[in-house]
Amino acid sequence: MARIILTSGLGNQYAGGQTEFEIEAVDVRRLVAVLEERFPGIGPEINREMAVAIDGLIYQDPFLERIESDSEVYFLPRIGGG
Amino acid sequence: MTVESKKYKWVGTSPVRPDGNDKVTGRAKFGADLMLPGMLTGKVLRSPHAHANIKSIDTSKAEALPGVKAVITSADVAELESEWVPAGELQLNFRDLAHNIMANGKALYDGHAVAAVAATSAAIADAALDLIKVDYEVLPHVIDVEEAMEADAPVLHADMFTDGVTPKPTKASNIFKEVDIAVGDVEAGFAKADLVVERSFKTAPVHQAYLEPHAAVASFSEDGQAELWCCTQGHFVVRAYCAKLLGMDIADLRVTASEIGGGFGGKTTVYLEPVALMLSRKAGKPVRAVMTRDEVFRASGPTSGAASWVKVGVTNDGTIVAGEAILKYQAGAFAGSPIQPGCMCAFAPYDIENVKVKGYDVVTNRSKVAAYRAPGAPISEHAVESVIDEIAKKLGMDPIELREKNAAREGTNAAYGPKFGVIGFADTLAAAKAHPHYSAPLGPNQGRGVASGFWFNIGGSSSATVNVNEDGTLALATGSPDIGGSRASMAIMAAETLGIEVTDVRPIVADTASLGYTFLTGGSRVTFATGMAVIEASKKIALELRERAAKTWDISVDAVIWEDGLAKPAGANAGDFEPLTLADLAAKANQTGGPISSAASLNAEGAGPGFGTHICDVEVDPETGAVKVLRYTAVQDCGQAIHKAYVEGQIQGGAAQGIGWALNEEYIYDEKGRLDNASFLDYRIPVASDLPMIDTVIVEVANPTHPYGVRGVGEVPIIPPMATVANAIDSAIGIRLTELPMSPPRVLAALDNGS
Amino acid sequence: MAKIHVTTTINGEPVEFLCEPQQTMLDVLRDELRLTGSKEGCATGDCGACSVTVGDRLVCSCLMLGAEAEGQEIETIEGMADGDTLHPLQQKFLEEAALQCGICTPGVLIAAKALLAKNPDPSESEVRYWLAGNLCRCTGYDKIIRAVMDCAADMRGA
Repeated sequence: MARIILTSGLGNQYAGGQTEFEIEAVDVRRLVAVLEERFPGIGPEINREMAVAIDGLIYQDPFLERIESDSEVYFLPRIGGG
Repeated sequence: MTVESKKYKWVGTSPVRPDGNDKVTGRAKFGADLMLPGMLTGKVLRSPHAHANIKSIDTSKAEALPGVKAVITSADVAELESEWVPAGELQLNFRDLAHNIMANGKALYDGHAVAAVAATSAAIADAALDLIKVDYEVLPHVIDVEEAMEADAPVLHADMFTDGVTPKPTKASNIFKEVDIAVGDVEAGFAKADLVVERSFKTAPVHQAYLEPHAAVASFSEDGQAELWCCTQGHFVVRAYCAKLLGMDIADLRVTASEIGGGFGGKTTVYLEPVALMLSRKAGKPVRAVMTRDEVFRASGPTSGAASWVKVGVTNDGTIVAGEAILKYQAGAFAGSPIQPGCMCAFAPYDIENVKVKGYDVVTNRSKVAAYRAPGAPISEHAVESVIDEIAKKLGMDPIELREKNAAREGTNAAYGPKFGVIGFADTLAAAKAHPHYSAPLGPNQGRGVASGFWFNIGGSSSATVNVNEDGTLALATGSPDIGGSRASMAIMAAETLGIEVTDVRPIVADTASLGYTFLTGGSRVTFATGMAVIEASKKIALELRERAAKTWDISVDAVIWEDGLAKPAGANAGDFEPLTLADLAAKANQTGGPISSAASLNAEGAGPGFGTHICDVEVDPETGAVKVLRYTAVQDCGQAIHKAYVEGQIQGGAAQGIGWALNEEYIYDEKGRLDNASFLDYRIPVASDLPMIDTVIVEVANPTHPYGVRGVGEVPIIPPMATVANAIDSAIGIRLTELPMSPPRVLAALDNGS
Repeated sequence: MAKIHVTTTINGEPVEFLCEPQQTMLDVLRDELRLTGSKEGCATGDCGACSVTVGDRLVCSCLMLGAEAEGQEIETIEGMADGDTLHPLQQKFLEEAALQCGICTPGVLIAAKALLAKNPDPSESEVRYWLAGNLCRCTGYDKIIRAVMDCAADMRGA
């Protein structure tokens, strides 16, 4: 089971304040589907605003990235720059 | 991907830039340099009020003036849905963008566009602006971020109900959004601390102050297609925004990026571009619009002014046990300050168990903020790095050693969550400590300061094409406007990948119709992400060249290698053939399958975070309060420098901008909310005589996700200077300045109060 | 209002033009003569991007009227190279990466050339003060100052 960490904003808005989960999912697409099933509305929000870091590597437009069973997956806001 | 460890031929050198000649001879064409036959001059009428209802606009007299070919107001701008889109930059709301390019019902800042004209001469356009009658109802205004948050502050947007608060407020306010970041338990952390330091800070809004004002030339055809020439950091982004604002198909708009005279984030959105297009559509002729410097200051860019509060707790051995911050950033007239990255970066350089950051995105009657180098980070990190310095002084610890003790390293969970991969923060600290500057003697009224900075760096979408010319030279095209020498870096990476001479590669920035989508030049992404597209396209060429050689020799492609710019048999078994050059293969291209070209498009993920550590010596004049920067050294982990001299240039330029932010630059308003210093005389960016040489130390801890180890470079160097200078001033006079800029009157007042 | 007829010399060539009485030399150069190498960064004489020489004087062409060009010898960035041979300052700026975006470069080069004509052996401080009227936002000036001093040394040695 991968360790999934939401931002506190996402946690508060969709998951009753909880931000840490153990979820089995082989890639980001399936992970977001699982989250959406549990917390309706969170999926579109993630797709609109969120990047993920899988084991420290940040993906700004995540979708197909693989998640290992011992991965640590952080959702975080997309970053721009000047 | 593994980092190639072999010695490079071109990577890390400093060849003359391929576009350099045109820039030293005046031939290079910037935004305002294009003239088309029959071109009209476009000009914009701007609000003189900080906040006012627009009761009516009468353009009839202007329209009747001979020579005036088009007049537009918000009535000509389609109303768009409030829709936040991931612009990659600061998030973008198209309704707000439409209202920013042309005020809709309400002028929200001094300089807000209210109408525009196109005329046969600049003089007639000016006369037409004078004939437009706008009936304003002036409203109370608010500019300071904390005043804008007060309950009785004038409200800019009646439909703004703070996001990120549960339950959502029912009363409109100027707070667009609250942001929270929390790790661990700060209360428990502070309880363990032997020393707690807390401070409040204020930073002034500062402008990117690129030397080239915004400029656009638009030409609309009768069939609805249009061409646009403009100075921008991202012509694909301009195309997307303008197509949306004008209701066009993206295919109907071709945007060409001119040479760009600086941007630093400020040219990542649109102002004049859609207005010039609308004028051209209405007039049926090409229109050129160029901002004056006054307009640049009043209506484009700056970054947020901010109020910050930071609290840090340490144990006696220098271990940081808790960090807390409250950050309030001005967004300007429309929502969307860089508060999110500001919050995420605040404590990012350090390994701290307990962190809590709260941020507020606040609208005020000022031009909408635009990105400025590492948007959001300089403000919050200035506050934290100042407090870290104060702690070092109170503990009697060397400030670099305090940072080393707490530095984030590979595997550390960043204060914003995920683990860092391979990073070079500790390496920058070690290099700074070992630098002769750090132990050089100081004189009276002099002091030395140190501070560090962190920025994420980004990747994103990029495209590149490579065409092998008939003589074996290469035409290399990317979609990344070249803001600081990136064409040279692209040529280096192509030449390195193909093992050929760098002068055989001619890189250009192609228009939006000529290659795949490329996100803007920003986020320190071009050498990383567009570089990856260039390397990918070059590798495809190498494969193609092997195939052509295989056909020439009538052997299998697997029996051909590409090495040092030559196709060679893979070994003795492959046959005995003279190696073929690019020129040989290009000459025979038509016999082996036709022209040789390749294209690569990708979305580069895995950008490598950047860290820097700066050292600064200042001398404070006790009579005037003037601060002179005597010596400056900037150390930065760049992963791998591709073009060394332009990497140094990025670091030096960023440091100089930060010194300006620290000492001189600020927006000053009169009591009516009008910008009082909208000129380079009164908004004083550093001039040559203000600065010393800026020494650079390039640390190279390769980013494992890039074939040559590239991290971004351009943004990190603007982060440390404000705290570096403040810490140096504190060392010189024993007074902690908490408000930027640390201009002579402010320093003098501090000296008077302190003594 | 009637336009003014002006006869002048630009980059060694005789030039005639018509200009409005209020038209600046910068606007004449850019809009009438299509010499767009001189840049407008401010139009108030604060940034130096429009620097030209008039006789042996360094001026901001945005602060000069076109009509004032009558009978003068004006040099702009377009006249700095000698045929296809770059001026040593232009060459040095390329070799030492003393430009990034390049918008200030024409003005900086014209100003630096004027400095070296008056003072072939300037100190760092003299270069910094001479170029204090030429704003650059990209480089932090470091490489510009070095290029000017290195070029001065080369030219003295030549």
